[in-house]
Amino acid sequence: MIFGVPLQALMGQLLVGLINGSFYALLSLGLAVIFGLLRVINFAHGAQYMLGAFIALLLLTVGGINYWFALILSPLIVGLLAAVVERTMLSRLYKLDHLYGLLFTFGLALAIEGTFRYFFGASGKPYAPPAQLTGAVNLGFMFLPIYRGWVVIASLIVCIGTWLMIEKTKLGAYLRAATENPTLVQSFGVNVPLLLTLTYALGAALAAFAGVLAAPVYQVSPLMGSNLIIVVFAVVVVGGMGSILGAIVTGYMLGVVEGLTKVFYPEASNIVIFVIMAIVLVLRPAGLFGKDA
Amino acid sequence: MNGRLLDVSDLHAWYGESHVLHGVNLHVNEGEMICILGRNGMGKTTTLRTIMGILRKRQGKIAFAGQDMMSVPLHKTARAGLGFVPEERGIFATLSVEENLMLPPQVADGGMSVDEIYALFPNLKERRNSPGTKLSGGEQQMLAMARILRTGARCLLLDEPTEGLAPVIIQAIGDVLKKLKQRGMTVVLVEQNFRFAAKVADRFYLMDHGQMIAEFPVADLPRQMDMLHSELGV
Repeated sequence: MIFGVPLQALMGQLLVGLINGSFYALLSLGLAVIFGLLRVINFAHGAQYMLGAFIALLLLTVGGINYWFALILSPLIVGLLAAVVERTMLSRLYKLDHLYGLLFTFGLALAIEGTFRYFFGASGKPYAPPAQLTGAVNLGFMFLPIYRGWVVIASLIVCIGTWLMIEKTKLGAYLRAATENPTLVQSFGVNVPLLLTLTYALGAALAAFAGVLAAPVYQVSPLMGSNLIIVVFAVVVVGGMGSILGAIVTGYMLGVVEGLTKVFYPEASNIVIFVIMAIVLVLRPAGLFGKDA
Repeated sequence: MNGRLLDVSDLHAWYGESHVLHGVNLHVNEGEMICILGRNGMGKTTTLRTIMGILRKRQGKIAFAGQDMMSVPLHKTARAGLGFVPEERGIFATLSVEENLMLPPQVADGGMSVDEIYALFPNLKERRNSPGTKLSGGEQQMLAMARILRTGARCLLLDEPTEGLAPVIIQAIGDVLKKLKQRGMTVVLVEQNFRFAAKVADRFYLMDHGQMIAEFPVADLPRQMDMLHSELGV
């Protein structure tokens, strides 16, 4: 017992928090990458997450393509679609107020979700975890479902990999520099419009990757993204808009805080992230990891 | 001097609806260092930004190494061999000194090696792992110049490199420019510090209200002093 709570219950909720945090981190990372360079608040992020899960489902049911291939193919497909959207539509809005980008992606999200709801209905569809990841491991104090453990590990690998790519590679240096002064970077001979397209595609692909990971955990539903995206926006605000490290750390941290709240004060578990967001906005408007903090 | 490397004729440019360059004519021979003089707001910086392609609302003719640059997109201007060092230096806060130095892609052979750059700017070597914006103003100016020298650019567009710097740093930058000249680098220098420019430039243009109103070689400088006094207040 810890603070009157059985260890098994505490660990169970911690795990749930860590799994939710894994999705928060992946999704907020994608949002932060996009906002950092494009200055677009990508409201279509939830729809791209849902699209990732649906493409995995369709690959399985229509093409017989299994989870492992879907984990690679689905983000690639969503990234490609996002690149087309950025090139043909979103890029036309960069010279306008940021509000237009937000409105465009909001409309895009509604169009994608509406289309999927029309064809697949609002109820969720099951997606079985791969055979290699079924079952659970007895940790002594609790049973850990193997697939949920995989979600945490996969999310950590992708988040750390993305962070390393941004912090340690030449491409990442271009991204960071272009975030500060895109015109100057372009004057160095870097194709910044292409960099913008790739960044939007990367952000969307991260959302789709999270969607494929989520498919066996939650039902694959047209509304799965819109249910999550508001929480993810709160995570990004707490971490600091555009902060890559902030998005990752805050994603996991708020997932765990939410899980612990379910143990100690369940009534507040649905609002705790927003309460933290409000406090952070008042005390550190740039977020915990934001530049002006 | 060799043939013309950069040839600008009847260049007009606009900021929105505001017509700011009114038919600029200038040329730079290969290996030459020219200096554009003029008071604040006369269009010197705008001329460089327009040649570079940062300011896109423009008309006229810009030829670089015989290539028409008017329709070339900004990211391809650098690849043609033009390098721009802005007045505000543009050092990236999230990048270290070395990351800043290595950021611009190499556009041609013949650029300085990192060792050569560190020999030319020893301060940068000492502070290679510091964040770029932790450097002093003079060091930031050196870094801004150094990162273009590494790329193999044939022509350097240098905007007010001495702005806001201490005399000892200005002298160091002057020494660097003389070394660049010895290496055969072509430079278009925009400068308000006329005395500094007189030590390094081969030829001068005087700019007024978006036009070049005079052109003279450094040897004619004594004869032009009255005009410079009235135009620049020096």
